[in-house]
Amino acid sequence: MSEWETVIGLEIHAQLATRSKIFSAAATAYGAPPNTQASLVDLAYPGVLPVLNAEVVRMAVKFGLAIGAQVARRSVFARKNYFYPDLPKGYQISQYELPVVGRGKIQVMLEDGSRKTIGITRAHLEEDAGKSLHEGLANASGIDLNRAGTPLLEIVSEPDMRSAKEAVAYMKKIHTLVRYLNICDGNMQEGSFRCDANVSVRILGQEKFGTRAEIKNLNSFRFVEKAINYEVARQIDLLESGAKVFQETRLYDSDKNETRSMRSKEEANDYRYFPDPDLLPVEINEHYIQAVKNTLPELPDDKAARFARDFGLSTYDAGVLSTSRDLGDYFEAIVNPAGVVPPLAGAVPPAAVNTEYAKLAANWVMGELSSALNREALDISAARVTAVALNGLLLRIVDQTISGKIAKEVFGAMWLHGQSADSIIALQGLTQITDTSTIEGVVDTVIAANPKQLADYRAGKDKLFGFFVGQVMKVTEGKANPGQLNELLKAKLARSESGGA
Amino acid sequence: MHDLSIGDLLSRLAKGEVSSVELTQHFLSRIERLNPGLNAVITLTGPQALQDAAVADRRRVAGERTPLLGIPLIHKDIFCTDGVRTSCGSRMLDNFIAPYDATVVARLKSAGAIMLGKANMDEFAMGSSNETSFYGPVKNPWDTTRVPGGSSGGSAAAVAARLAPFATGTDTGGSIRQPAALTGVTGVKPTYGRVSRYGLIAFASSLDQAGVFARSAADAALVLREIAGFDVRDSTSVDVPVPDYSASLSTPLKGLKIGLLKEFFTGLEPRNEMLIQDALKIYRSLGATTVDVSLPSLPLSVPVYYVVAPAECSSNLSRFDGVRFGYRCEQPKDLMDLYKRSRGEGFGTEVKRRIMTGTYVLCAGYFDAYYLKAQKIRRLITDEFLAAFAQVDLLVGPTTPTPAFPIGAKVDDPLTMYLNDIYTIGANLAGLPALSLPCGYVDQLPMGLQLVGPHFAEARLLNAAHQFQQVTDWHRHVAHGYE
Repeated sequence: MSEWETVIGLEIHAQLATRSKIFSAAATAYGAPPNTQASLVDLAYPGVLPVLNAEVVRMAVKFGLAIGAQVARRSVFARKNYFYPDLPKGYQISQYELPVVGRGKIQVMLEDGSRKTIGITRAHLEEDAGKSLHEGLANASGIDLNRAGTPLLEIVSEPDMRSAKEAVAYMKKIHTLVRYLNICDGNMQEGSFRCDANVSVRILGQEKFGTRAEIKNLNSFRFVEKAINYEVARQIDLLESGAKVFQETRLYDSDKNETRSMRSKEEANDYRYFPDPDLLPVEINEHYIQAVKNTLPELPDDKAARFARDFGLSTYDAGVLSTSRDLGDYFEAIVNPAGVVPPLAGAVPPAAVNTEYAKLAANWVMGELSSALNREALDISAARVTAVALNGLLLRIVDQTISGKIAKEVFGAMWLHGQSADSIIALQGLTQITDTSTIEGVVDTVIAANPKQLADYRAGKDKLFGFFVGQVMKVTEGKANPGQLNELLKAKLARSESGGA
Repeated sequence: MHDLSIGDLLSRLAKGEVSSVELTQHFLSRIERLNPGLNAVITLTGPQALQDAAVADRRRVAGERTPLLGIPLIHKDIFCTDGVRTSCGSRMLDNFIAPYDATVVARLKSAGAIMLGKANMDEFAMGSSNETSFYGPVKNPWDTTRVPGGSSGGSAAAVAARLAPFATGTDTGGSIRQPAALTGVTGVKPTYGRVSRYGLIAFASSLDQAGVFARSAADAALVLREIAGFDVRDSTSVDVPVPDYSASLSTPLKGLKIGLLKEFFTGLEPRNEMLIQDALKIYRSLGATTVDVSLPSLPLSVPVYYVVAPAECSSNLSRFDGVRFGYRCEQPKDLMDLYKRSRGEGFGTEVKRRIMTGTYVLCAGYFDAYYLKAQKIRRLITDEFLAAFAQVDLLVGPTTPTPAFPIGAKVDDPLTMYLNDIYTIGANLAGLPALSLPCGYVDQLPMGLQLVGPHFAEARLLNAAHQFQQVTDWHRHVAHGYE
């Protein structure tokens, strides 16, 4: 049996976060009652004309610059003609031959920590269609045109991905990037960020691509992975049983975890693209591009590199902490004593960063804080423990007021009650015992009270060391400084040992 | 009263010799009496017109002066008019009450003009004879067995029959100039982008341009000034200042260089040519000189037009699907049936023919051979026009090859019908301003002289037309029975 290689390309649709639509003044807010956010232009009334929202061009250019793409000095809107009830004009205004963003690329990190560059063929602007509604309507279909005319940036990748996981890594990276750029809210439940996946398989080593199927409208990272995996298995099964893969459009059914044929290439529309005569070509000059460039924030890769360089973080940690601007800002507000907002790319790093403290902060942000956020499905911006408060807690670990273990309890209390670490420590009397004689006293008492365990330990049952630690912690309510305790206990147990020799 | 110029009417209104209500009533009565024989007006908005006129009179008394305060007009039924049926001459929109005013309509409203009603037209402006209208053909006031031309046939006939001092029209391939010529009135197609297309129901977006029918260049100048100008709602409208067209009307023509297009005169019917030569004599006597110029690609303009215009229309008319507005078939079985029957029953033959043609030329396998090639030739024609205008100030020639033809004579022969626009289409392809003015008769039927200018040279065209009308009286002639 031959070994198969998977080839994947994604078309990502990112809804641009403008207040009004791409060609009309109607609002784009999600969730309004049907057809309340549809102007005469969105309803395609006779005689109305589209007028381009300049903001969408600015956003597309931002994206183009962020992926190092050539921004087209002249791009053209074209009409994609087909009939469908949720497409009021009978054509979608999109870009065809001359998109605003040309070839670019982006780097993704794979699970094994290696990096891979994914090519981006193009990104173009287009309008979204409306929605057909079938629920609660007997013998009829409803049309909601609120979404019609919502601006989309369609980001088309090269067929560069070789597994579902790579595809997800790429999609996540684009997701991170568009949110960094503030051009898309990235909300996948509301459909603000979704993709179509082009999937094919070929025998490993073969140059020619296999016949591909396009899986439409995947709106979660999990679905992308599952749909691609299903589709790859389906295609391999077909080919191995001697059948052929047909070029077609398929839908992913998440309930049954399978893809189903929607329409074949033979049934596909001839979209009869031609330049839209109602809209002028979009002309962009150097000055404009420079002005947009000046508004670019520090990009995810740059931030990760800076975190690794300036704070001594591992590549992995730096990558995680730069997946969103808010997360990076949060981390930096802890590490950076001044709580400075992250500098723009190329700025001078803060002097004298304590890399140990940075590592501690990174662990806490990626550990306790992220788990707490995940438990309540909160965004970092809604964290119940602020960066300043968490910094207050971490400082108490560093100055040994409390142990890391106690700190987790304190963090839990901070999360619940919103108080500072210091007040919780004071209120609950959690200050660590670092006085050697106090700890020594407890150690002596514990050893004296457990002669059998002492004998066993001395007979070679090393595991009982933990028992003694536990007993001391029980007496001190966990407040004994673990380092000191270890040292003392080891010495005491050892001393008796040598004394008996 | 109905034979007075807009300028005269304004001064009588100003002096209080007549009120806008009286004026409006007068034209409404003429419409009532004469329109049944013409079918030029398909929607009459009499009560509203009288109310608006009363308001105009009050405003005038209060000292307000807007440029066309109290002057009645008729709109081609292609312009959306808030609260008034806007049919575009089609069964598809027979039940369509527009929920907004086109920019042209809004601007004339704010200039104080009073809408009397809406004019008949070829369905979706597709036709050269006004016979494709769902509301039946318009008759030519000069001979009611003949067509008035199209597609703005109702507007042209209405002005020719003195049913209104002026009317609006649209010109995609000659739809203002050809009917103006065939009914003996003055018709102006401005530069593409000079007048907003917002609210004008699109036929071919890159060619459509709104304009004016009036009885003289001087009247047209007054109206054009009101409708011209940039509109944020039309991205293809151009932000070029609008001059006072009336102010330059009396500029002497001495030194004006007129170009005679070889392609316009080749094969021209002798009686038609004689009229043009007579007109040129008049221009020379006014101090103009003439030179021969040639646009070698111009003969390709008809085939180019019949690729580009249908291509755009096939897409523009997709919105008429029976879903949101307009005609919907009875008892659709399913979605496909709804589309097929609503469009099949709602559109007429000529519209369907052009949608089919346009769909064909845009198909993946034919796009390069037809649409792309047509666009290249269009560019070539435009370049040749611009080169000609480097030599001459304007081009003069015939508007149409023949005078008005009998109703029914060409309906079954679309190709012959299409050739009616052979002299007018070039200006649309190149986006140039052009104008037709009466210059005599062939078989007792009016003929038009066409002036074409460089982009945004409307003032020059109106000036040249006005000077011609100062020394001729063709434009004052009224068809028998409409004096």
